[in-house]
Amino acid sequence: MSPEHWTRPSRPDERDRIADTAVPAATSATPTREQVIAGLRATSEGGADLVQLLTPEGQRVSHPDFDIDITDEQLRGMYRDMVLVRRADREGNALQRQGQLGIWVPLLGQEAAQIGAGRALRPQDMAFPSYREHGVAWCRGIDPTELLGIFRGTDHGSWDPNETGMGLYTIVIGNQCVNATGYAMGQKFEGKVGNSGDDAAANEATMVFFGDGATSQGDVHEGMVWASVYDAPVVFFCQNNQWAISEPTERQSRVPLYERAKGYGFPGIRVDGNDVLASLAVSRWAMNEARQGNGPLLIEAFTYRMDAHTTSDDATRYRMGDELEAWKLKDPIERLRVHLLREGIADQDFLDGVETEADELAARFRQFCVDMPDPPPERIFSAAYAEESPVVAAQREDYLDYLSGFADSGHDTEGSVR
Amino acid sequence: MAVITYRQALHDTLREEMLSDENVFLIGEEIGVFEGSYKITAGLLEEFGEKRVRDTPIAEEGFVGAAVGAAMLGLRPVVELMTINFSLLALDQIVNHAAKIYGMFGGQSSAPMVLRTPGGGGQQLGATHSQNIELYYAFVPGLKVVAPSTPADARALLKASLADNDPVLFLENLALYNTKGEVPEDAPPAEIGKAGVTRVGSDITIIGYSRMATVATQVADQLSEEGVSAEVIDLRSLRPLDRETLVESVRKTGCAVIAEDDWLTYGVGAEIAASISDGAFDYLDAPVRRVAAAEVPLPYAKPLERAALPSAESLNTAVRQTLEAVGHRR
Repeated sequence: MSPEHWTRPSRPDERDRIADTAVPAATSATPTREQVIAGLRATSEGGADLVQLLTPEGQRVSHPDFDIDITDEQLRGMYRDMVLVRRADREGNALQRQGQLGIWVPLLGQEAAQIGAGRALRPQDMAFPSYREHGVAWCRGIDPTELLGIFRGTDHGSWDPNETGMGLYTIVIGNQCVNATGYAMGQKFEGKVGNSGDDAAANEATMVFFGDGATSQGDVHEGMVWASVYDAPVVFFCQNNQWAISEPTERQSRVPLYERAKGYGFPGIRVDGNDVLASLAVSRWAMNEARQGNGPLLIEAFTYRMDAHTTSDDATRYRMGDELEAWKLKDPIERLRVHLLREGIADQDFLDGVETEADELAARFRQFCVDMPDPPPERIFSAAYAEESPVVAAQREDYLDYLSGFADSGHDTEGSVR
Repeated sequence: MAVITYRQALHDTLREEMLSDENVFLIGEEIGVFEGSYKITAGLLEEFGEKRVRDTPIAEEGFVGAAVGAAMLGLRPVVELMTINFSLLALDQIVNHAAKIYGMFGGQSSAPMVLRTPGGGGQQLGATHSQNIELYYAFVPGLKVVAPSTPADARALLKASLADNDPVLFLENLALYNTKGEVPEDAPPAEIGKAGVTRVGSDITIIGYSRMATVATQVADQLSEEGVSAEVIDLRSLRPLDRETLVESVRKTGCAVIAEDDWLTYGVGAEIAASISDGAFDYLDAPVRRVAAAEVPLPYAKPLERAALPSAESLNTAVRQTLEAVGHRR
């Protein structure tokens, strides 16, 4: 069977049988009917190893290895987290459409994966994000308005990684996996891992976020190699949202991604990424293992990117609406909402209250965005070196001198730096 | 003769070459179903199939390396690197393998391949996605680097690059994709290593490549209204560099300004200025000036980004200042 086909992993004895029914290769921008069906089959089910604690219908189910100790208040809190983060995300998308942002990277559909993981982190832990981790940022106490600068283009990220325990968004695919491994090695060298007794509560670990597309990058491979040979306390949290822009996961891997961990010599778990309870349970377990010195670990959160890759992308060009419809039935927020109501953990008043809070956040978010000033021209030069550089200093003096020559020298950046 | 965009010229030429040589195939991220981030490969998967239009995993070192292997076997891969910034992930395959296969294999094997990739800022893509780092490749013996600035050159240089038996980095530019120009359909391939005198003049030589070659022409047009006769040279090829054409022009005009989108220190312009100094020192009436980007990681905010990039205004100013200096001396 040609690897060009939309393959699914198969045992040797299955290959002949599959060859007969093999799906034809994609040959145009519009997938064939067979491809759509194959895609749906591949993306809508996580397989037998999927850890799930809350079904898409909002039913609590048990898992032999993972359970969760959680209060009603925490459950309501995670519902609130997801609703607010989704609302900020939708506002970000709309602001881009209105020309207020250069680009927005939608989180829609991945709220449970991120809130579950984010709520498993302790203040002393470190998170390394890619650029879609609005939910993780929320859990680290970063106000959604802090994300706006990156997408409006006024800065490359403004929060303090040391203070928040969250690195800045990483645009280059997969880079952060090596950085996270290095950070985790540092945690270990500094004796912050595997302590017992009174010191145990202060143990630290690192969680790094990346996508299915990134797993093809050399940096991710090298990060995993290093993490394993140095027993680094790092949890690799891969959100498999099924699509790397237009490329399905089948273009990145023949095996389910969580199975790759075996090759590096550490555990890999596939969790239902649309189930916030499962994401929290597995993340808590993994972070605890890492803090105790049993890292690294890989979590594959099996989820779905319900919107486009970014606002520059049009997902309808390469995937069918049926697939999105199938995933809507697994919506992460809806299943928790049903669960809360059915079990009497929350009532309509609570849900309405969260909705009101979301409206307020949305209004504040929009206002903050349109009020953002352009950065001053000095910023061009202040972002090159931590130390003063003679070349940059000379350019700055020259340019500010040039600008001050204008009658209306409100520091409009009119000409170019010479 | 058709007037088409730079993007269309690239697309049409790729298609033509694929039709005429079945060894030509395309490989890169998102180039098939998605038709490329900048739509250069639109429709080609549908027409040629997956064997010849390969969507790859998100792994630049992997697909550039695979193309090197395919080229060694006699195929003619055209690699699309989504932007030149991503080529950094494949630096080892480009510099240590593609560029060195011929020499280190004693001439028994070569790596005839084309690495198509756009550079350029001005699109508000942030510091890591807006670089002009073609110099990294122009620095490497074993590689050729071409940089068309017009649709006609895009066609002629792409044909030449595909016909070439060495690896060619084919530099495109985000700001040029939608620019239009006449493209003669029967024009022969360009000669790699040959600059173009795109405007004849006698007062000053303005030298540029890629986007800045078009800015140079624009500035020369502005100046001609004031009676200044500027000669414009479009380098077209960064390696090999056509020193002869540069020197000949400066021997005629006696002064030169270089326009480049990359950074000044060690930039392409430095090599050109040195070449002029070597070949036309006795003819110079003024120091050779360079107009380049501010030496900072490119800002993200729109007004700051605009200010950090060289522009027609900054080039115009440098040309005037040079002409003034010459006037004092002549």
